[in-house]
Amino acid sequence: MKGLKIVVLAKQVPDTRNVGKDAMKADGTVNRAALAAIFNPEDLNALEQALRLKDKYEGSTVSILTMGPSRAAEIIREGMYRGADGGVLLTDRLFAGSDTLATSYAISQALKKMEADIIIAGRQAIDGDTAQVGPQVADKLGLTQITYAEEIIGIKENVITVKRRLERGVEVVEGPLPLVVTVNASAPECRSRNAKALLKFKHARTATELQDTSEDYIDIKNDRPELVIPEWSVVDVDADPKELGLSGSPTKVKKIENVVFTAKESKVLSDNDEDINELMRTLIESHTIG
Amino acid sequence: MNNIIVYCEIEDGKVADVSLELLTKGRSLANELKCKLEALVIGSDLNGIEKTLYPFGVDTVFLANDTRLYPYVTAPHAAIMIGLFKEEKPQVALLGATSIGRDLGPKVSSALHSGLTADCTSLVIGDHYEKKTDTKYDQLLYQIRPAFGGNIIATIINPDCRPQMATVREGVMKKEIMDANYVGEIKNIEVDKYLAPEHFAVKIIERHIEASKINMKGAPVVVAGGYGVGSKENFDLLYQLAEVLGGEVGASRAAVDAGLVEHDRQIGQTGLTVRPRLYIACGISGQIQHTAGMEESAMIISINNDINAPINKIADYAIHGKVEDVIPKMIKHYKANTK
Ligand SMILES: Cc1cc2nc3c(=O)[nH]c(=O)nc-3n(C[C@H](O)[C@H](O)[C@H](O)COP(=O)(O)OP(=O)(O)OC[C@H]3O[C@@H](n4cnc5c(N)ncnc54)[C@H](O)[C@@H]3O)c2cc1C
Ligand SMILES: Nc1ncnc2c1ncn2[C@@H]1O[C@H](COP(=O)(O)O)[C@@H](O)[C@H]1O
Repeated sequence: MKGLKIVVLAKQVPDTRNVGKDAMKADGTVNRAALAAIFNPEDLNALEQALRLKDKYEGSTVSILTMGPSRAAEIIREGMYRGADGGVLLTDRLFAGSDTLATSYAISQALKKMEADIIIAGRQAIDGDTAQVGPQVADKLGLTQITYAEEIIGIKENVITVKRRLERGVEVVEGPLPLVVTVNASAPECRSRNAKALLKFKHARTATELQDTSEDYIDIKNDRPELVIPEWSVVDVDADPKELGLSGSPTKVKKIENVVFTAKESKVLSDNDEDINELMRTLIESHTIG
Repeated sequence: MNNIIVYCEIEDGKVADVSLELLTKGRSLANELKCKLEALVIGSDLNGIEKTLYPFGVDTVFLANDTRLYPYVTAPHAAIMIGLFKEEKPQVALLGATSIGRDLGPKVSSALHSGLTADCTSLVIGDHYEKKTDTKYDQLLYQIRPAFGGNIIATIINPDCRPQMATVREGVMKKEIMDANYVGEIKNIEVDKYLAPEHFAVKIIERHIEASKINMKGAPVVVAGGYGVGSKENFDLLYQLAEVLGGEVGASRAAVDAGLVEHDRQIGQTGLTVRPRLYIACGISGQIQHTAGMEESAMIISINNDINAPINKIADYAIHGKVEDVIPKMIKHYKANTK
């Protein structure tokens, strides 16, 4: 079999799992600056599945496609440190405010230029928890989708075999390439950074990053063109601006509220026998138990 | 036309609970919008399935009954749903936030260019005024859901695109029969109108799906353990307490992640929602993602060695102590008082 062209969709997300006290502003909105930006966890599971295919089928390549602001280039570098061959940053002010549908449209336009045999996404991103972008990208490209993958078992004659993890069991399915697979957190964790790749890609930069930094000790644009991470704009991917951002998004956020606890009058009991005996009696008498 | 359609999931020839819960919600939304409530059922061997649906106040059952349509695969179900929605133009479409609904919903919403809000915890009808365009929208579906890991609650609307689509997790809405004698009508869908050979490109080669043995939603008492339970041995104490009280054992995500208990028992935003008569939270701190799934319990008891744990704020009784000390005493005194 010839090598596979694999594209991994990866998103940089605020670390909503480690929300500290200063993460919410007094007015109830999210203080994005106080949250670390991380590689979306399930996208790392997706990357691992891609790297395993690359290990298995000689001549395969893995690229990361990420849509986001300039600093999202970190995701592409992180992917390269772990074994990806390169990546593309899809970035443009016109993308701002996109909901999942507009995001999927933008990503699918970029994918049209990348000619992938397999597109692997995470199941969902932890900032929105929507799990929509993978299937919607597949729809926009007219491709088959296989969601909730736990393991890509293998590929034979352009047919991929995938094990899916569902709520109450597993399913093994087959589908024709090219297609979109979304990967669950139950899939194996991503391998860690590799020292050689780290050395090799440490200086990989987007054009914007090169402009903004004073890293003049290495002139990568001229000496090491392979270290330039391409940045694609709306024009580069031939996207219709009407389908992007707020205007391209059917869903709108009407209101955001902070979460507040309404405190009850609770009765504090000690762990001594008397208190607990009294509690059990009350519960039995009120027919709560028994 | 312009009705509410609920996609009904089929499991082992039966309609999934989450779909019946959505029909209950759909009925009350339909009353408010003065439109019909309709169910879309896609599968095989579905004769008689309408009898389960009518009592929930279903006016129309769209039935796609064909041996090729069970078990679920994305493309044929999506093709039928997209085709039907183009003709029927529902104003609202609801799906379970299950591995089926979350696979099907995005595909359909992309094809119809309609908005979809995942994992709603509440659905309400309301108006909207758009300042920029000076447009007033009547009776939109407010799709309310937690976002940012549950730290905020967002209200999402789809002003211009139809259907307004939403998914809801199992157990979030209540399941209630409206009228046992209610009768609607069946409309059989001619599936060949929508299906093409390429819709069957994905084949299922193996399938092991087990019905859940855990009956958490029906349990009058839930004894839930968190990270503070500390060990599998201590979790055994929770099973003992649940057994004597006639209840089930639930868990926080931290306990599941730590491998103390199986994932099927997780309660909260990314797990089950329960409303038992009594909820006993053992070694659970009470983060919002957890309380989202249990705060409507009729009575809450917390056992925690930290008197300031957030769970104590919503508890009726906060027992200050260690799980491993308190639970054996609860069992002992329960037995003493019921003799
Ligand atoms: C997107 C997202 C979704 C999530 N979904 C869920 C969800 O569905 N369900 C869920 O539960 N969580 C969910 N979480 C995780 C949630 O934020 C909390 O991390 C989790 O609920 C904490 O679990 P815990 O209370 O068991 O653990 P901890 O927060 O570690 O609390 C342990 C508690 O035990 C007490 N304790 C310790 N030792 C003892 C002892 N010997 N006896 C008595 N008490 C003791 C401690 O004082 C403490 O209060 C989600 C998080 C995110 C970001
Ligand atoms: N901005 C983005 N850039 C790249 N991939 C994305 C982006 N947004 C979503 N994805 C992919 O789509 C998956 C599902 O995202 P979501 O629908 O937001 O939960 C993620 O796990 C990513 O693989």
